[in-house]
Amino acid sequence: MADTVQRRPAVRRSRPPAGPGPARAPAPARVRAGAFIRRHKLAPYLLLIPALGGIALVLLWPLLQVVLFSFQNYGLPQLTGALPTQWVGLANFTHTLTDTEFWLSLRTTVLFAAVVVPLTLITGTAVGLLLNRLGRKMSAFVAGAALLAWATPPTAGAVLFYWLFNPDGGLVDWALSRMPAWLVGSTNWAQYNWTTTGALQAYTVATLLVVWTSFPFIAVSVLAGLKTVPAELYEAARVDGATRSRVFRQITYPLLKPIFLVLLLLSVIWDFNIFTQTYILTGFPGNQNEYNLSLYIYDKAFGFPPSYGLGGALALIFTIIVLVITVSYVRASVRQGALT
Amino acid sequence: MTTAQPQIGAPQLWAGAEGGGASGSRARTARRARAVTANAFGLIIALVTLFPIFWMVSTAFKPSAEIFSLTPSLLPTHPTLGNFSKVISGQASGIGSVWLFFRNSLAVTLATVVIASLFSLLASVAVARFRFRFRSSFLIMLLIVQMIPAQALIVALFVDFNRLGLLANLGGLVIVYSAQALPVSIWMLRNFVATVPRDLEEAAAIDGASAATIFRKILFPLVMPGLVATSIFSFITAYNEFIVALTFLGQAHSSFTLPIYVTYFFGRGGAQWGPIMAASTLYTVPVLIFFMLVRRRLVGGLVAGAVKG
Repeated sequence: MADTVQRRPAVRRSRPPAGPGPARAPAPARVRAGAFIRRHKLAPYLLLIPALGGIALVLLWPLLQVVLFSFQNYGLPQLTGALPTQWVGLANFTHTLTDTEFWLSLRTTVLFAAVVVPLTLITGTAVGLLLNRLGRKMSAFVAGAALLAWATPPTAGAVLFYWLFNPDGGLVDWALSRMPAWLVGSTNWAQYNWTTTGALQAYTVATLLVVWTSFPFIAVSVLAGLKTVPAELYEAARVDGATRSRVFRQITYPLLKPIFLVLLLLSVIWDFNIFTQTYILTGFPGNQNEYNLSLYIYDKAFGFPPSYGLGGALALIFTIIVLVITVSYVRASVRQGALT
Repeated sequence: MTTAQPQIGAPQLWAGAEGGGASGSRARTARRARAVTANAFGLIIALVTLFPIFWMVSTAFKPSAEIFSLTPSLLPTHPTLGNFSKVISGQASGIGSVWLFFRNSLAVTLATVVIASLFSLLASVAVARFRFRFRSSFLIMLLIVQMIPAQALIVALFVDFNRLGLLANLGGLVIVYSAQALPVSIWMLRNFVATVPRDLEEAAAIDGASAATIFRKILFPLVMPGLVATSIFSFITAYNEFIVALTFLGQAHSSFTLPIYVTYFFGRGGAQWGPIMAASTLYTVPVLIFFMLVRRRLVGGLVAGAVKG
């Protein structure tokens, strides 16, 4: 009863603005603008303007430009205005696709992702499962240690690993040279140069570095997922005498599958895109055989002579590959109901 | 939260009661053995994970003779601040004191956090509170755009910002970083905005509050945890960013941010590992402390952002 009594005036109050209400007779400019926005439902668009402006200026427009560059001979003379820009058709693409360095760098990129992604996911998942089993304090300690590795800036991490694997005074070479030959082979590890010997050695270091920095994110995400699994399921499985591996295969994995899918795609994209760490570890512009696709693009675009056209063509190829992966990522997210 | 313990404990208690004393104590021993193994694994993982960071800090405090010693020691036997003083005086890098680059990094990062937070809050209100044409297209555009690698756009960005005269300029970096942080920030924040009860806003509107007042007094405080999460995200984006700063700043030493400074220093060669590790320590440790402090918010927010999109 009290409810209806109270509600009545509110309903009545919202009704009057049929004509020029007595209170709003002099309608100042701000109110009029507000009414205009409301009538045309402009509010969301106005709120979007700053963000959309920034994204358009820094992300969308450059993307379009990259496409344009890839069909032009845009280089240093064109940048300074000394020579006019010319359209060169598919020349940049044919040059790229016939360059063996390009295919070598693409191979390095793909192989690196193919090794690092499963390694990161397995390590991360194992640590996530472990965190779920540990007591409160131990779990917090391990998660804290992982957080620190994850939070270390990529630049600092790469310089640090370069130092750890340095032939002069690096700890890894020292440790390997102390180990028995049956374990580490007969290589002279004492002065072993990890970063300039070849792509395999350099990317071994990069692999360790990337697994070190990215397993924590996987572990914490898996842990968050595990917390959502209803405890009754585990209890029921335990009562039925299911083994640990069976519990993982038949309860944990199916329930965490959507999270795994997203983590997998994110890892693929991250490891495919890797630039900072390999730039530092290979001592760019060092050995060309150690380029991955990102370093190759950077070298073509900004090396000597700089060719923004060639860089554009490469960037376009690179973007298309990444976007193909991204589309599956978006579809996975949409299937999870991320758009609601 | 000790979610694991009580849940596992209950059925085992029940099994023990049924199985009798002997098997109960055997089960308890097995359980304790498993717990010990798990703890041992946890300890090893934590130590291995922490080791590189420990080694960085340890090297930073070692005198040159100990750094290149044939028998490296875990801790510096004669700890020194010499590496730090070389980094602070600018003697080691030859391009200035580490504080200059620290200031540059801090200015760029803070400006990015403020701009990205404000813009993404406005946009996330639009996305979470209104149904409008292109809403889904906008959201999908954000998802796709955040995936475009910076090294693909850097060519065009370099040409554009060169034309704008913003290359060797910290403001240019702020513009790029803010825009880069926006897609994920909006994506994360809209979930927070969506959880603010609409009734609250409507009640305020009935009481005659203007849109700006509702925004400031109701929405803003309630969305604060979300803003903290997105701020952390834009903080990392800006503080760690490498390729754009590398390309834009070129040889403009006085505008270097910390990552570019550390790389430059390192690229000069001469095996100055003591000062390089001192500089890396000064670059890294503040973020590590910061992350330990915001840890609780971090995990939830980032996972929400990552897993949801």
